[in-house]
Amino acid sequence: MKFEQPAGHNPIDQLKVVGRSTERIDGPLKTTGRAAYAYERHDVAPDAAYGYVLGAAIAKGRIEAMDLSVAQAAPGVLAIVTARNAGKLGKGRMNTAKLLGGPEIEHYHQAVAVVVAESFEQARAAAHLIRVRYARHKGSFDLAGTLDTAVKPGAQSDTAVGDFEAAYAAAPVTLDATYATPDHSHAMMEPHASVAIWNGDELTLWTSNQMIDWGRSDVARTLNLPREKVRLVSPFIGGGFGGKLFVRSDAVLAALGARAAKRPVKLALQRPLIFNNATHRPATIQRLRLGAGHDGRLTAIAHESWSGDLPGGGPETAVRQTRLLYAGANRLTRERLARLDLPEGNAMRAPGEAPGLMALEIAMDEMAEKLGMDPIEFRIVNDTQIDPEHPQRPFSQRELVRCLRNGADRFGWQQRNPKPASVRDGRWLVGIGVAAAFRNNLVRTSAARVRLSSDGGVTVETDMTDIGTGSYTIIAQTAAEMMGLPLEQVSVRLGDSRFPVSAGSGGQWGANSSTAGVYAACMKLREAVAARLGLDAATAHFADGRVSVGGRSLPLAQAARGGELVVEDQIEYGDLDERYQQSTFGAHFVEVGVDAATGEIRLRRMLAVCAAGRILNPLSARSQVIGAMTMGAGAALMEELAVDKRLGYFVNHDLAGYEVPVHADIPHQEVIFLDETDPISSPMKAKGVGELGICGVAAAVANAVYNATGVRVRRYPVTLDKLLDQLPEYT
Amino acid sequence: MDAFKEFRLTRRGLLRAGAVSVAAVAAPEVAAAPTATGRPPSHASIKLRVNGKEQELTLDTRTTLLDALREHLRLTGPKKGCDHGQCGACTVIADGRRINSCLTLAVMRDGADITTIEGLGQPGHLHAMQAAFVKHDGYQCGYCTSGQICSAVATLDEIRQGVPSHVTTDLNIPPPLTAAELRERMSGNICRCGAYSNIVEAITEVAGSAT
Repeated sequence: MKFEQPAGHNPIDQLKVVGRSTERIDGPLKTTGRAAYAYERHDVAPDAAYGYVLGAAIAKGRIEAMDLSVAQAAPGVLAIVTARNAGKLGKGRMNTAKLLGGPEIEHYHQAVAVVVAESFEQARAAAHLIRVRYARHKGSFDLAGTLDTAVKPGAQSDTAVGDFEAAYAAAPVTLDATYATPDHSHAMMEPHASVAIWNGDELTLWTSNQMIDWGRSDVARTLNLPREKVRLVSPFIGGGFGGKLFVRSDAVLAALGARAAKRPVKLALQRPLIFNNATHRPATIQRLRLGAGHDGRLTAIAHESWSGDLPGGGPETAVRQTRLLYAGANRLTRERLARLDLPEGNAMRAPGEAPGLMALEIAMDEMAEKLGMDPIEFRIVNDTQIDPEHPQRPFSQRELVRCLRNGADRFGWQQRNPKPASVRDGRWLVGIGVAAAFRNNLVRTSAARVRLSSDGGVTVETDMTDIGTGSYTIIAQTAAEMMGLPLEQVSVRLGDSRFPVSAGSGGQWGANSSTAGVYAACMKLREAVAARLGLDAATAHFADGRVSVGGRSLPLAQAARGGELVVEDQIEYGDLDERYQQSTFGAHFVEVGVDAATGEIRLRRMLAVCAAGRILNPLSARSQVIGAMTMGAGAALMEELAVDKRLGYFVNHDLAGYEVPVHADIPHQEVIFLDETDPISSPMKAKGVGELGICGVAAAVANAVYNATGVRVRRYPVTLDKLLDQLPEYT
Repeated sequence: MDAFKEFRLTRRGLLRAGAVSVAAVAAPEVAAAPTATGRPPSHASIKLRVNGKEQELTLDTRTTLLDALREHLRLTGPKKGCDHGQCGACTVIADGRRINSCLTLAVMRDGADITTIEGLGQPGHLHAMQAAFVKHDGYQCGYCTSGQICSAVATLDEIRQGVPSHVTTDLNIPPPLTAAELRERMSGNICRCGAYSNIVEAITEVAGSAT
């Protein structure tokens, strides 16, 4: 099915199942420990041997010698694979550095060996018996020190409309400020893990991967196999946030280990290895220049961002939202990429917008104060309903103003004292902050297969993944709505490369695109059912397990009496995303308390108001948003991969050193979804919320801290040491 | 900082620096020389009572309780998130108290009575806490969920038994069942999906109906 015109009325609009808060259909499995993740597949590999990965002890250089003899002789060891004996390996299209390093080492903790042994304890012990001699080379590890050498990475890296320099020079009110965001780690709870099983020259990987089809292709590329010989299966994934978009070393090393040991091998990356071995969100340095008239209208907007990556890598696209979020006749953006020899940077939840809004939305707060305007009114004055760079291109829907106003009412914004450091509650300095949320709505081709069985039940099969997002449930809701069945009559099978290729989980495109693919397949199934029953498909009504036309009504199951009905289709998109700018919007409100003596920051209240098209399952969509708010709170207050600039690695490479929010850090969170449908996005009229929820949160926290204390922190995370010497006199 | 100076030495110079200082200055460049040779692992037999069932295991003594449950008894409930006591995904209830099962060797728990998430309830017969997690959507990816639920069940027991926490202000009265108490006591269980707000609601509901 090709989606080329805005959606009209369709079966989803009945909203008998879709759009209703629905408990996850995989909930009973997940809450009883019965959902088996990659490392737990005793059912498929009861005799698996254990792999343990050794990471490089230098950031850049060469392996001069590797002595495996003692390790090889250790009890239980079945095989040791290194770059020397692995055979010729390719590199995945989505990977920047090799997944098995040596003799060249590209980054710290790049995998250099995998030990396969009968038991985990034996593999671990033997890995520590490998002796490696390295020649360390000089590397580049300090982003701030490489700004002069940063290059323009792509055609889209520079944009300009009007004459920014002139408008900025002429503006009566200006802001020129520089912000820094540190490297972040996905730190999903399930480590990267895989079980590899060879059957002749065919490889099956039971793994933890967000994008099954990308993964299948890149495993094939890396191992020099035909794509058809590779199968990936990921029915349950313990979180990803972008960290599992790509094939990582666990999958490749499990496959190589299994080939060498002639046994199925299971392997999970050790937690302290993950932070440097896998990908991370790159640090940025961002300069914002804003110019406005006394009326608060922006006349000049410039956003420049610097980030670094390994050779062949890409920039953190932190300026992209600034091209779309606010009006302003004269604008400029620039992205610059420095060469860094730190671990590979790549996508993490809302790549671009998440760090970009951390800077832009503080700048908007600072500018509002300079103008003497309320920060919400300042944003509203600068709202735009068209793409500011391409005035002929409207937004498909844009309810930012309603999000801000609605949130202001709900949160009690009018009680905010705009004068910083003026509200006190016992020992706490109290402040309130706001930020806009913005994330583009991307659409991707997505396919599904649906089966109608003779008992009247429907099964959906697609390689879509559920990384905690609730895919199982919204896909079941979609099929139930389309076929006129109760939810219990639908089963959903996900995450297997034998199923039709879906949009996968990333870029908050998964919910809308994958359900639209199921919609397309179900439309085809409805036609097949009608044909079997001798009914007119165009006028047939599917409800309560029956198909009705005029006075005739037949059970749905009857269509499969002669054998299971199986159809497959996909949703493909025309140019609606070019004719219209499709984005999601929101407003984040945060109240903080800052200890007047110690500077300790505590979140007291959080609210998000989101406008993101039709919300398919308000229960799980709300969870997506509160989860993203939590991750945003982490970015605001604690998350920072500390770079050792001499040796070139992330020092705090575990979950105690890299702090993420815990229960005690997070207050009750509130989420409001505006009632919205976007017929331009897909037949589902939905968008995504999983990334929108993190966009702007950190800035709202930083702005609240400023309101509480009068201390403006422009270098994340906002920690008490950055407040202490500037806090108001303690009284 | 002499140690830093050493990094500027050439590798040849580093080797010349001599064997006596190798351990101190060369650790980042040269993996420590093997200290253990291939000594065969020691094994021990232990008994555990897991979810009401007696189990007898002969284990490599280095095996954690977590791996005994996951790899030897093949339970899929207890999760390995970090394997060193930082995330809480492996939380099980041992002799009535919640522990990080990755931080204890199985042999240290010979004779213990262990309850894992599987022992609390099954699909179709959910424990009240499991049902509350489903109702309040107190999870997303599900990987921390076993640990959160075991921890939550044990937390309510601790409060009932009067065990104080870091945020308990008055030690002369039983600790109150407040959101602040729950958040403090549950902080050893990380949920990166960020379901905390919902988890606290789920626990509060169970606590309310249990008291």
